[in-house]
Amino acid sequence: MADLLGLALDLAERAQPGEEVEAYVSRVRETDVKVFDRKVESLMVAERSGVGVRVIIEGRQGFAWAGSLDLDVVETALADARDNAEFATPDDCQGVVTPEEARGDAPALDLWSEDLGQVATEAKVALALEVEAATLAADPRLRGVEQAIYGDALAESAVANSRGVSAAVQRTTCSCAVIALAGVNEATQTGYGFSAGRSFTDLDPEVAARDAALRSTRLLGATQPASRRLPVVLDPLVTRSVLAVLGGALSGEAILKGRSVLVGREGEQVGAAGLTLCDDPTDAEAFGASAHDAEGVASRRNELIVDGVLRGFLHNAYTGRRSGTGTNGAAIRGFASTPGCGARALALTPGTRSAEQVMAAAGDALYVQSVSGLHSGTNPVSGDFSVGAEGLMLRGGAFAEPVREVTIASTLPRILLDVVEIGSDVTWLPGGAAGVTLLIGEMSMSGASPPVLASHNPE
Amino acid sequence: MLATDVLQRTLHAALRHGGDFAEVFVEHRSSSNARLDDGRIEELVSGHARGAGVRVVRDDTTGYAHTADLSESGLLAAAEAAAAAAHGADGEVRVIDLERQHTARPHEVRDAPESIEKSRKVDVLRRADDAARARGAAISQVNAAYADGRRRILLANSDGLLAEDDQVRTRFLVQCVAVGDTGMQTGMEAPGRSVGFELFEEIEPEEVARIAADRALAMLSARPAPSGKLPVVLRRGAGGVLFHEACGHGLEADLVGRDASVFKGQIGEQVASPLITLVDDGSYAREWGTYAIDDEGAPAQRNVLIEDGVLTDFMWDHLRARKEGRASSGNGRRETYQHLPMVRMTNTLLLPGDEDPDRIISGTPHGLYCAALGGGQVNTATGDFVFGVTEAYLIEDGEITEPVRAAQLIGNGLETLRLVDAVGNDFDTWAGTCGKDGQGVPVSSGQPTLRVAELTVGGTAGS
Repeated sequence: MADLLGLALDLAERAQPGEEVEAYVSRVRETDVKVFDRKVESLMVAERSGVGVRVIIEGRQGFAWAGSLDLDVVETALADARDNAEFATPDDCQGVVTPEEARGDAPALDLWSEDLGQVATEAKVALALEVEAATLAADPRLRGVEQAIYGDALAESAVANSRGVSAAVQRTTCSCAVIALAGVNEATQTGYGFSAGRSFTDLDPEVAARDAALRSTRLLGATQPASRRLPVVLDPLVTRSVLAVLGGALSGEAILKGRSVLVGREGEQVGAAGLTLCDDPTDAEAFGASAHDAEGVASRRNELIVDGVLRGFLHNAYTGRRSGTGTNGAAIRGFASTPGCGARALALTPGTRSAEQVMAAAGDALYVQSVSGLHSGTNPVSGDFSVGAEGLMLRGGAFAEPVREVTIASTLPRILLDVVEIGSDVTWLPGGAAGVTLLIGEMSMSGASPPVLASHNPE
Repeated sequence: MLATDVLQRTLHAALRHGGDFAEVFVEHRSSSNARLDDGRIEELVSGHARGAGVRVVRDDTTGYAHTADLSESGLLAAAEAAAAAAHGADGEVRVIDLERQHTARPHEVRDAPESIEKSRKVDVLRRADDAARARGAAISQVNAAYADGRRRILLANSDGLLAEDDQVRTRFLVQCVAVGDTGMQTGMEAPGRSVGFELFEEIEPEEVARIAADRALAMLSARPAPSGKLPVVLRRGAGGVLFHEACGHGLEADLVGRDASVFKGQIGEQVASPLITLVDDGSYAREWGTYAIDDEGAPAQRNVLIEDGVLTDFMWDHLRARKEGRASSGNGRRETYQHLPMVRMTNTLLLPGDEDPDRIISGTPHGLYCAALGGGQVNTATGDFVFGVTEAYLIEDGEITEPVRAAQLIGNGLETLRLVDAVGNDFDTWAGTCGKDGQGVPVSSGQPTLRVAELTVGGTAGS
């Protein structure tokens, strides 16, 4: 760890007069085991590292990266970044983080599990095999497992700039996951299950197996229902994905560039009363937690929507300066890119009712177990939201027949305003946001019925 | 890139613990990007990475290790780690004679990216910005990006193969935001080819900008898309990604071998409309998904997957092909040296038929005309796919009429293939990035104007 920070500091010190320099260095050690048919299909043990160097000369920013920490390579990157800066348009807001901006009480977070690096590779392989075996044993209607995996990462990064700001972050994550295949004499259904944590002992292969088996078998016999509008209950995994899309629309960069449906809506009621959304990377429970952001600014809890009212956005140093609010510690990046801004730990404030009670409240509705096409079907600029879905119908709040080949559609603003119930089951999931059972009052479900064309609205 | 004797010693070390097959993959890659946003050149970025991956296969198990250290000791350490992962009894070490292979390049690259002045890369961005803004005051944001990449790879394996490739790609992207009474809409166009800076002799930055801007403007006046099942006509080039998702992935031999493909056991069967012939062609000159050799050293080739609706073959990488006792089809690809290769598509093409595209539209009393698609996704085990439409119009009484927005198409691969009932005599391709198992690789898809008799459209109109 010390060597990463040392390298970043060394580079930052090479700033010439009239120049600002920032270096971001990262290293990930990872193990990746894939299992198929009770055998190890592949095993990879590897280390990845690299450096990104940013140089700002008179408001002009240049950047270069290298997939190596060798000093000669890193020095070439610094020279490249300097050269690239010549071509940028000058911008007063461009620049590395100042000590004043970085100031703040960085939380003390212990996100590093020493044991993960000590666990024998054989134990990791055994866990992946165990996940597959447990899944196959979980239900006689399973005809196989598409793949079972174990993966872990020990990730370290350090950032330092020529104004004297520096920070180092380290954290571990590990997970096991499985995709079950159900259905022998009928259409195949798939179901995903996983278990994730910071430490090897956090993982529970039985949980992954049970969830994958349940989620695949309960879709057996799924058919395409008729199109209609109806209430929709989102599974926590789906809510997590929807929040991640919303996080994109809350990024200061999207706002400044006029590429968010939430531009100019600050202070307005954008969500249902009672809906509160925060990004809190200081919560050690969140997989995206870290004491500092990627520019070295202390992380903090950012309230974005409070009781349905839009309160603010996520900023890094640049977007914070341009918007006049200053950074709020939301810089994110990898070594091969300049800092962006975005959510690391988005969560809705939980409601008081359990998942079962939320479903009961939904009555006759669609329970969405998984969605597909999020990347192509959601547009944070226009707010359009239309994705493929599979799940089960709810009748009187209880699971009824499974459905497939449907889409659910609305708009991001409409979804926020239509939130009727937020479950009490907030759970942190990998992927930058927390999962929770969510009841949306109404969405369009497209299924098998004949098309209904909208009448033209001249306004 | 590396001396033959070093490669040989690395392969010997990799097979030390009794592996059946070993391979060294060496990669040098460099890239440069320039981005214009809001009238400003935001930044120029350049990057370099080099490294090697060593793979050892023993029975059905693969061990993999990679290193950024290309010294002999670095390579030997990676070989040792990979060998340990696929361990067995120490075997007799085979002597490997590497034989350099020469594969003809599908085309030559003229203007290598590193030979181009940075100012010229910036210039195409400014030209695009001006052209997009000239489409009208409703264009509120223009984002243009230039990207080039050069990737030199070297493969050596225990079958004696030694092969190299030098892959250059250039891409240009323009994204516009238009603001109007209906809020904000976006439009994008992003052509890319396996060529150098000469790309800009083939595509005009102004024309790319105009397409992106007009797409955003059209969507401003769009009404919500219909929902339900209806005939869908796909414009040439726009819908290839549908076949990439709907059947391409299901024809990848690794997924078939994992029993996770709806196409398993269907070779020789009529799986699609007789109008459909689908090929995957990695040797298609200048295309975005083209290369001379794949990331396992096999030459790219033209593979017919479906002929007149009959399933003829799957796509293969080294590992799956070896198991079946056949040759790789040149579809083994990996994102970087840090990744294991797997079966991937290259340029997936649905070949033209003989119908006049205009007649396909006029012969559709009522339906959806898709002029541009976003991305898509498929569950290969069930065949269910979904993808987004970024530019679409209604077809009413055989004519393209009003624009509609926010449509998502959803269907099942096998069903959709059978439901294609008209195939045009035109053709175009589309460049994109395909994600599989966390690895992104450049691919293209191509198709003529065609009609799917019935597809589920997920819009918000109609209640």
